[in-house]
This record gives sequence, C-alpha cells and structure tokens, in this order.
Amino acid sequence: MTVTAQHPPAAPVEGVEGQRRRRRRPRTLAAGAAGTRTLVSAADLRRRRSRALYFAVLAVVTVLFLLVFFFPLYWMATGALKSPTELALPAPTLIPRTLHPETYAKAWNELQIARFFLNTAFYALGGWLVQLAVDVGVAYALSKLRPVLGWLVLGMMLASLMLPPAALLVPAYLTVTNVPLVHVNLLNTPWALWLPAAANAFNIYLLKRFFDQIPTDLIDAARLDGAGPLRVLWSIVLPLSRPILAVVSIFAVVGVWKDFLWPLLVLQDPRAQTLSVALSRLSSTGRVPANEMLAGMFIASLPMIAIFLVFQRSIINGLSAGGLKG
Amino acid sequence: MAIGTAAARGTLRVRLPRRVSENLLAYGFMAAGIACFALFSWYPLVRGVLLSFQQVNFVTAPSWVGLANFRALVGDPMFWTAWRNTLYFTGLALLLGYAVPFAVAVLLNELRHLKGFFRVAVYLPVMLPPIVTVLLWQYFYDPGNGLFNTILRGVHLPTSQWTQSSSTAMLSLVLVSTWANMGSATLIYLAGLQSIPSELYEAAEVEGASVWQRLRHVTIPHSRFVLLVMLLVQVVATMQVFIEPFQLTGTTNPDTVTIMVLIYRYAFTVNHDFGLAAATSVLLFVVLGAFSAIYLRLTRGRD
Repeated sequence: MTVTAQHPPAAPVEGVEGQRRRRRRPRTLAAGAAGTRTLVSAADLRRRRSRALYFAVLAVVTVLFLLVFFFPLYWMATGALKSPTELALPAPTLIPRTLHPETYAKAWNELQIARFFLNTAFYALGGWLVQLAVDVGVAYALSKLRPVLGWLVLGMMLASLMLPPAALLVPAYLTVTNVPLVHVNLLNTPWALWLPAAANAFNIYLLKRFFDQIPTDLIDAARLDGAGPLRVLWSIVLPLSRPILAVVSIFAVVGVWKDFLWPLLVLQDPRAQTLSVALSRLSSTGRVPANEMLAGMFIASLPMIAIFLVFQRSIINGLSAGGLKG
Repeated sequence: MAIGTAAARGTLRVRLPRRVSENLLAYGFMAAGIACFALFSWYPLVRGVLLSFQQVNFVTAPSWVGLANFRALVGDPMFWTAWRNTLYFTGLALLLGYAVPFAVAVLLNELRHLKGFFRVAVYLPVMLPPIVTVLLWQYFYDPGNGLFNTILRGVHLPTSQWTQSSSTAMLSLVLVSTWANMGSATLIYLAGLQSIPSELYEAAEVEGASVWQRLRHVTIPHSRFVLLVMLLVQVVATMQVFIEPFQLTGTTNPDTVTIMVLIYRYAFTVNHDFGLAAATSVLLFVVLGAFSAIYLRLTRGRD
C-alpha cells in the first residue's frame, strides 16, 4: 500500500503497439505538415519572422527547463562535494572551489546510508516479486480461467481503488500489528511493506486487460497438447506479456522506493528503516552536516534517476499513452 | 505420453466434477491476492468504520462509545484548522498545479525540437523520492543563505521567510508539491493534445482562425475530458498531502496542519487515540470517496 498521496494514478496503458511507436524528429520546421496537431501550423512557421520567434521561444523554454528541473539536482550533487564552510557561504558558489568526493564515502559509511540503501533495495526487490506473483495469479485466473463469481472478486478489488490510502492508514496499521486469524505481528518485518503492496488493484487491472488480448485459440491449442494452467501461464501468457510486466515492475520498484508514510509507521526500528525514512530522521536530529545530508539524498535519488533514464520510454508512454485519450 | 495424461485427467474427473476442479484451481491462483486484499483493504475498511465508534487503549478490550469520537473532533479547534488548511492547500495547489501543467503541455506541444529532453526534464522530479525533494527545498527555503533568498537579494527583491512565516508557509508547501508532481499531469495533457484530430486544426486554419481562436475553440474543448479527470485526481491527491507539512513545517504548526497530519498526530504521537484518528479518516473518506467515485465512473465508462 502506497500511503503517500500518489500523483496521479497513471492512466491505464494501451496495448503493445502504442509503446513501440517512435516519433521521429522532423528535419525542418515545415516537415510533417500532414500530422499537424498543434496550434501553430507548419505554414505559419514558414514565415521568417515567426521562425525567429519560434527559435527564441525554444531557447527560452530550454534555459527555463534546465534551470527549474535540472539545476536543483545539480545543486544537490555538487553541494555534497563542497566543504561545509563553502556550503555555508552567504553567496553560494556555482562550481565547487574545492572538491570533497570523500563526503559521499562518509555519508555511505558514517551515516550508514549503505545499510538503508541495502534495506530499501531489498524491500523494493521483494516487493516487486511479491506483487508480480500475487497480481499475475489473480489477473491470469480472472482473464483465462474465469471462475464462478470472478466478476465479484474483480469488482471488489477495483472498488478498493476508490479508497483513499489515508482512510485505511489506521486500521491497516492495526492489522499489521496483529494479523487477524494468525495473530502475527508484522511490524519491522519486510512483509509489512510487501503484503499491503500486493493488494494493488491497478496492477491487476492492467495485467488482466493485457491478458484478455491474448487469443484463446493459442491457449486452447496448448491445453490440447496437455499443458496445464501453470504451464500455459509460464510458457505462453507471460512471454507474450513482457511489455505490461515491465510497466508493472517499474511501478512496483519505484513505488516501494518512493514511499514514505507507510514505512515510517511500520518500520520504526532504525535498523530496518528505508532510505527515505532514515533521511527524514537524520535531518530532524539537526546534527548531520549539510554536505553529508546532500550526499545521502543524492545517493537515494540515483537508482530512480537510473531507472528513469533506462526505461523512460516505458514510463512516459505508460503514463501518457492510454485511457485518458479523449 | 498424451494417452497417459488423458488417463490421469479421466481419474480426476471421476473424483471431482470438472467444473468444480477448474474453479478450485482458479481460486488457488487467486488465493494469495484475495488474502492480501481481505487483510489490507476490505477488512481495514470495515474496521476503520467500527473503530471510529470505539475507544481503543490496548490495555482493555475496545469499548463502544457511540458518537463520542465525532463529538470530540467537532470540539477540537485543531480539527477545523486542519480542514481549513487542507482546503487552502488544495485550492492553491489547483491554482498552480492545475493551470501550469496544462499551459506547459500546450507550449511543449508547439515545440518541434528537443521533444525528448523536455519530457524527461519535466518528469524528472516525479521520479525523485518525495523526501529528497522536500529536504532539498528545505535548504532552498532557508531564510538566511538559502538559494531562494540569495537569488532574491541578488536581484534586489525583498526576501521571504518562506516556510517560517505563517503568511507564506502554505504557499511554500504548494510550490514544492507543484514542482515535484507537475510532470505526470503535463505528460498526460500532452498525450491528450496529441490525440486531437489534425483536421480540426487544418480546418480552423483554412477558416482563418487565429492561434488564440484555435486554442479556445479546438484545443480546450477537446481537452475537456482530460482536464476534468485530472481535476478529480488532483483534488483527491492534494487533500491527502502529508510529507510536505510533516517535513517542512512540522506536525504541530497550526499554519500547516492538514487532515493527514492530524490523523498521524492523533494515532501515532502523544495520545495514540486510534478511535479519534479513525473518525477523522472516515470523514476524510466520505469527502474523497465522492470525488473518487466520479473519477472511476468517468474513466471506466470509456473502456
């Protein structure tokens, strides 16, 4: 369960084709006139004055985007390299005067960022596996095995999308402290993150919609050859569903990595904490030097930046390609 | 081999009717999922409602107290402050976080170069762990030599106390939140803009409509659905704001206590009053549930 307000629940992803499409950059401004989908048409831009205006706007927007969206990251990464005295200067320096890369090592070892990094990586990996195993099972059964009352199960799961995470915070926390029927206390165990995260109706909805597109003929043929349901899932359904599995996997890992409020509540033991919770706790002690803090923050961001740069196409298309198309 | 399996199937069929065994198998695949939903979604929903009518202290069994929790809430001035703050935050966040991404999307849609760069840039903050964003802005907001006041001093503008003054605290929280979250809204709008049929723009151009007229009569009407859905999504998300006030202004600051912060305070700080926190959650749920229901109806009806 992601208890932090998740902005916004990404739009449902369309089929495979949508994700493969690559838009090529037009060579000239006038190119691609056939597909004008913008206010300013190619014809408008052929005039010399409007072309000058276009490039002026382009330059301004580029600089603005660099300043607004990249500069804070640059400041964080380089701030960690500065000496504490340089960081405290009333006039901040753009480029560090003296480089102190050892700050990163210090944060990693002395602030124990290493421990929290590994904790979070372990929670993310486990959360990913549990979510995939649980949600693929449900989606496969609902899509291909079609049991009695399957519609009711799906409906009740989808209904949970209407529940704001905030509304479940207290009772879900109490459930974790004492799981009904089995009476186990999951506080400070990874299961306190993994099991609530697996109850993800959005994943199930995405997976089921994708599985529904897989032709029944293919599955019937395999069944005739003697393949059982598990074999069909493993050898036919899953290999065909790689695009959607990728999207669900990215959401799962990113979700665990970014989550804050829920791990803050259920992982109170400082040794079990996630990187986000540990950073918040370290900053509230007020005793950690700013450069080490910035180093820790940059280390916490790196995996997300890496995932984004590697999977940007899936992430951006997963977010924008579907569902909301008017 | 094939005969062997067929025979094995046959014996199974004798023991259990085929439909029963197939259903058992399907529910076997779903068992873990149903258990997770039951434990962490369905049961907590019921328990949350029950809790709001109970007094819980973990020493003795919970006792039924009727509407006492709700009465206590109505009598707590902080409850009303929290609602006012939450609505204020949501209003400001909509003013900024709703209009800005649409304007940015319309602008980006016009730019024929560096498309990938703009999309990556605007979405980058969404990928950062929220606590990193908030801590980073905490440094920027520092009234002494934080980045913002340094820049303001550099261009000879008056500086601000940012999060530390009651008049600008909430606005400061909204700025962080908008920076961190506008990427997803922008990309969703951009996808919506791309799906507007190009003939409409061509027709408008042939008719001699100005750029402004094209925006008013083609772009905006055709984005109405996306705009409505995003409005609901953002209302539901921003009303649950937590991490910004929690980290930047603290859980006891009356200028920025929101409903989520109040729930956290009731349940997990001094008094550990789970009944009171549950009652607050129920009220928040009623308000947000209405928005969520409209959102789901709108999007699901379109499949």
